[in-house]
Amino acid sequence: MKSLVQATIAIVVVCALLQFAANRLESAGSAGSKDTITVYNWGEYIDPELIKQFTKETGIKVIYETFDSNEAMMTKVQQGGSAYDIAVPSEYMVQMMVEQDLLIPLDHSKLPNLNNIDPYFLDLAFDPKNKYSIPYFWGTVGIVFNPTLVEEHLTFTTWEDLWDPSLKDKVFLVDGAREVIGMGLNSIGKSLNAKDDDVLREATNKLITLSPNVKAIIGDEITPLMINNEATVALTWSGQAQDMMWENEELDFAVPEEGSNLWFDNFVIPKTAANIDGAHAFINFMLEAEVSAQNNDYVGYSTPNRAAMALMDPEVISDERFYPAEEIREHLEVYENLGPKWLGKYNEYFLEFKMSLR
Amino acid sequence: MAKQRGALFPYIIWIALFVIAPIALIVYYSMLDLSGNFTIANYKAFFSPVYLKMTLTSFWYAFLITLFTLMIAYPTAYLLTKTKHKQLWLMLIIIPSWINLLLKTYAFIGIFGLYGPINAAVEVFGFEPKQILFTDFSFIFVSVYIFIPFMIIPIFNSLDKLNPTLIYAARDLGASSFTTFLRVIFPLTIDGVKSGIQVTFIPALSLFMITRLIAGNQVITLGTAIEQQFLVSQNWGMGSTIAVFLILSMVVIMFLTGQKKGGRVR
Repeated sequence: MKSLVQATIAIVVVCALLQFAANRLESAGSAGSKDTITVYNWGEYIDPELIKQFTKETGIKVIYETFDSNEAMMTKVQQGGSAYDIAVPSEYMVQMMVEQDLLIPLDHSKLPNLNNIDPYFLDLAFDPKNKYSIPYFWGTVGIVFNPTLVEEHLTFTTWEDLWDPSLKDKVFLVDGAREVIGMGLNSIGKSLNAKDDDVLREATNKLITLSPNVKAIIGDEITPLMINNEATVALTWSGQAQDMMWENEELDFAVPEEGSNLWFDNFVIPKTAANIDGAHAFINFMLEAEVSAQNNDYVGYSTPNRAAMALMDPEVISDERFYPAEEIREHLEVYENLGPKWLGKYNEYFLEFKMSLR
Repeated sequence: MAKQRGALFPYIIWIALFVIAPIALIVYYSMLDLSGNFTIANYKAFFSPVYLKMTLTSFWYAFLITLFTLMIAYPTAYLLTKTKHKQLWLMLIIIPSWINLLLKTYAFIGIFGLYGPINAAVEVFGFEPKQILFTDFSFIFVSVYIFIPFMIIPIFNSLDKLNPTLIYAARDLGASSFTTFLRVIFPLTIDGVKSGIQVTFIPALSLFMITRLIAGNQVITLGTAIEQQFLVSQNWGMGSTIAVFLILSMVVIMFLTGQKKGGRVR
C-alpha cells in the first residue's frame, strides 16, 4: 500500500512538472499576441530561411506547425483550440471551409503583391474573386515510373498504359478515393467530378479490371519505395513525383492526355486568427517575387507566381511535366467539393475497388 | 450492505460515463444519416455484399492471426516456465511491446523490402529476390509478431500457477507425457488460452495501420473501414454502424471464450 501511494505521488509530481514546463514553453512563444503569427502548413512546404527573413524584416515572430491531411487540418481549426493565423488547405477544402464559415475574407488592399500571381490562377471556381484564398503552389496527378524497369512502349501518355499486362503486380496507387476513382473516370473519358451513379459504376468496373496489376494502395510510403527502385509505377501527385525524381534520376513523370486533376494549395486566414494584420503581412511577403522564387527552389512544386518565374532557372519552368502548357491544362480538372453524399459514394466505390484486389 | 453500496458509487459513475455512455452514443450515431435524420439505411448498407465480404475477410484474417499466435505462444510460455530465470525471460519477451507499434511496423517495411535483409539472405541461397511486402504472408507475419507477447502473458501465468503435483500424479498413474499434456495440463490452462485469444482476436478484427503499411490495402478489415468513414467520408453514421457490429462480434467472442464459474477442480 505504501509503495502504491509513493508511486501515485511520484506520477502526480512528474505530471505537474511537465505541465509547468509546457506552460513555460507556450508563454515563451506567446501565441496570439501582436508580434507573432501561427502558420499551419503541410510538412516540408516552406523554406525555413524565409521564415527567419520575414521575422527580421517585420519583427513578427512565426510559430510554425504542420499537418498531413486537409481533413485533420479542418478538424483542428473547427475545434478552435489554437490561434492559427494562416492555414494552407487544398482547393476543395477551401470551398468546404467557406461553407462552414471557418474563414475570414482577405483584405486585398493589404496584399499588393497579389499582382505577381499569373491571372490564370486567380478568380477560380472554388473561390470567386479570391475572396478567401491566395494560391500558394499547384500541381497535377499523374504517373511516376522508372523507364528502365518497364517495357519501352509504355510512356504513360494514356491511362490505358496502366492496364498493360506486363505490369502485373507492379502498379502502386495513392490511398485517396478522389485520386483513384478520378483516374478511373478519366480513363473512360468522364469528368472526375462526375455525380452520376451509372458513370461511377462504369469507372469502378473499369478499375476492377486493373486489380491484377495493382501491387498496393499506400500513402507517403510510396516515396522511399520509388526512390529505392522497389516500385516501378505509381499514381501520385506531381509534387511528390518531383521529390522522388530529385532522389532518383532514373524516374520520369507523365500526366496522361485523357485528363487528370489540377490542384491548388492556398493561403487562407481561418476564423481562429488572432493577428489578422500579421497574417496579411506574411501572405504578402510570401508573394514577393524573390521570396517566392527562393521558396520554389526549396519546395519544388509548381508556382503560380509569374514574377517569381521570371527569376527562376528557365530549365525548371520550361519542364512541361511540371509546368504543362495551357492547352494541356485545358484537359485538367479541379476537384469540386462533392458534398458529403457524393463524397461518401466515391468512398464506397473506392472501398469496393479495394475489396476486389484479393 | 448500505455501506458497501456507497463504496461502489465511484465505479458506477465510471462505468456509466466511460462504458455505457460511449456505447449508447455509438448506437445513437449509427442510426443517423449524413444530414442527421434518423434512419436504418446504415444497417441496410452494412448487409450489402461489399461489407459482408469485408466482415468475412476480417474474421478469416483475425482467425489466422490468432491461430498462428497461439501455436507460437503456447510452446514458448510452456518452455518459459521450465527455465531457471523465468521472470527475466518473460521480461525479455515483453520488452518489444514497449516500442511503439508504428515504429515496429515501419521497421518491417525495411526488413521485408526488395533490398532488405530477408531478400539478401534469400539471394545467398541462390533464389530470386521477391517482394515480400504487400502480401498475405507479410501481413499475418507482422500481426502475429505484434500479438505474441499479449498471448504469452496469460498463458504463462496460468501455466505458472499449475500445481506440479497434478502432473506427477498423472505420471504415477501411467499417463504418457502426451496424454498428461492433453488431459491435465491443457485443460487446466484453458482459461489462460481463452484470455489470450480474447486479447488477440478482438484487436486483430480491427487492425488498420498494418493493413495499409504492410498489406498495401490488399487486406481490408472492419477497422480500415471505420477509419475511412470517420476521417475521409466524414460519415459518422456508417462508421458507427460498423463499430456496432464490431462490438456485437466482440460480445459473442467474449461469450464463447468466457470463463465458466465453478465446476472445475483446481
